[in-house]
Amino acid sequence: MGSRFPNKILPYVIVAPSVVIVVIFLIVPSIESVYLSLFSVSPFGNKLIFKGFANFITLFRDMEYLNSLSRSLVFTSFIVFVGLAVSLGLAVLANLKLRGAGIYRTALIWPYALSPAVAGTIWALLCDPATGVAVYLVKLITGHTYNWMTSGNLALAIVTLAATWRMLGYNVIFFLAGLQSIPRELLEAAAIDGASPFRRFWKVTFPLLSPITFFLFVMNSLYGFFEVFGLIDVMTQGGPGKATNILVYKLYEDGFVNFRTGFASAQSIVLFVFVAILTIIQFRFAGRRVFYR
Amino acid sequence: MGYSKRFTIFAHIALIGSILIIAFPVIFALIVSTHTFQESFAFPPPFHIGGNIVHNYVAAWNRVDMGRLLFNSSFISVAVSIGKIGLSMLAAFAFTYFGDFRGKYFFFILILITHMLPLPIRIVPTFELMDDFHWINSYYALTIPFFASATGMLLFRQFFLTVPDDLCDAARMDGAGPMKFFWKILVPLSKTNMMALFLIEFIYMWNQYLWPLIVTNTNDMRVVQIGIKMLLAGEEQAAEWNVIMAGTITAMIPPLIILLLMQSSLVKGFVMRQEK
Repeated sequence: MGSRFPNKILPYVIVAPSVVIVVIFLIVPSIESVYLSLFSVSPFGNKLIFKGFANFITLFRDMEYLNSLSRSLVFTSFIVFVGLAVSLGLAVLANLKLRGAGIYRTALIWPYALSPAVAGTIWALLCDPATGVAVYLVKLITGHTYNWMTSGNLALAIVTLAATWRMLGYNVIFFLAGLQSIPRELLEAAAIDGASPFRRFWKVTFPLLSPITFFLFVMNSLYGFFEVFGLIDVMTQGGPGKATNILVYKLYEDGFVNFRTGFASAQSIVLFVFVAILTIIQFRFAGRRVFYR
Repeated sequence: MGYSKRFTIFAHIALIGSILIIAFPVIFALIVSTHTFQESFAFPPPFHIGGNIVHNYVAAWNRVDMGRLLFNSSFISVAVSIGKIGLSMLAAFAFTYFGDFRGKYFFFILILITHMLPLPIRIVPTFELMDDFHWINSYYALTIPFFASATGMLLFRQFFLTVPDDLCDAARMDGAGPMKFFWKILVPLSKTNMMALFLIEFIYMWNQYLWPLIVTNTNDMRVVQIGIKMLLAGEEQAAEWNVIMAGTITAMIPPLIILLLMQSSLVKGFVMRQEK
């Protein structure tokens, strides 16, 4: 397979920096997470007490954790399914050969640059119970005012919408790249065979996009589970009444506010199970593709 | 393949409508950032540009020491992007141009595993490690743990596999060693991929929130994302949205500029790979 250099030592030298970083900052701490999840810290200082699987049993009997788990699943499912459907629609529109298509594309992808914290702050402004423009519009239409800072399900809905909105640009970039790589001849052949545009989309475009779709499915799931921390922290801090207390936020609170190290590590391990499942899905269905952020 | 006139009009309207809906939150944030505190409290909310823009941006800048926050965010984003590009290119070079050296597959999997271990999975031990290293409140903690990149390694490996063997043979014929070949041939050829990776990693790093929150606690080491939280949390009574929005807009400008300048490289770098 191709040309190669006969050097025996150099490959180790140049792969070493990456390997050292991965081992020190990723592999070893992850193994320590497993170890810590089997212990709890004694109330008086730094002694570790072995607890076996007690942290995990506590976890799955804890109503607050189960609540956090189910709300995370709702939150992430919406981001993934609704977010991807909307993004695909936008990408298909932006991929049409229209005048100004380049401008349309740029105007659709720029939200990718916004951070979760920026998105959250802006949506908190829109929904401010006293002055928010969303509250104003809802009042115009329904005659009622709603306060999401006191209504748990409404808060979850708003946080979910904000998080989904922030991912649209990213999804459109990758769907557009996927659409542009579909060979034109295939679509033209289908058109000559008399397939309607709808049929062409479902029978040719959509299946050919499936690697990108699976890739985005995984990236959006990871985003929903892990990267929205900043958005939750600026908008609700998990409230009201734990309604937006998704898994990563609860993990942070138990690990770094309540200092329940073992309990937090057990939560890390559960999150790892989610990542492992997603990775298997990715490799199983989409083959070995590049992961992108 | 032309479209019917009716369809073209429909498509334009649908696109413009979607773009306006998606942009609306940010446009509104921009509007609020130009008003006085009282005006920003008007109900119905203001839909025109106000005259208090300079005051708000200066107030936000001074309230959280924005200059320092922007510097920190820029520094760590550039450092991590360059670090990731450098390390992942070298690793990809090792995996593509040196045959099956012993342990190659093991190292390859080791770097790939990065994807399965996002921060929350190892957050407590990694934080304790920073503490042991005395890296809390340092640029080390904010940059070095991010340096490995499976994304970059795969991207460059895939690209290197498409580089014609003749180039390598010719270089060897001329007596060039591996590192010379790397610097003189591979690096210049990889420009588009390097730019695409820089864009992705810059934005990724600029938007980091959880890690900077736990490994920094002094004002001079905070990053701009935490600055937004500081603006929000500083409110005792009613939120001073005009100043908060000025700070928020400031925080989103640098990654936005990078994206707009470099977006073509992103699509090119990515589409090119798709086609191969």
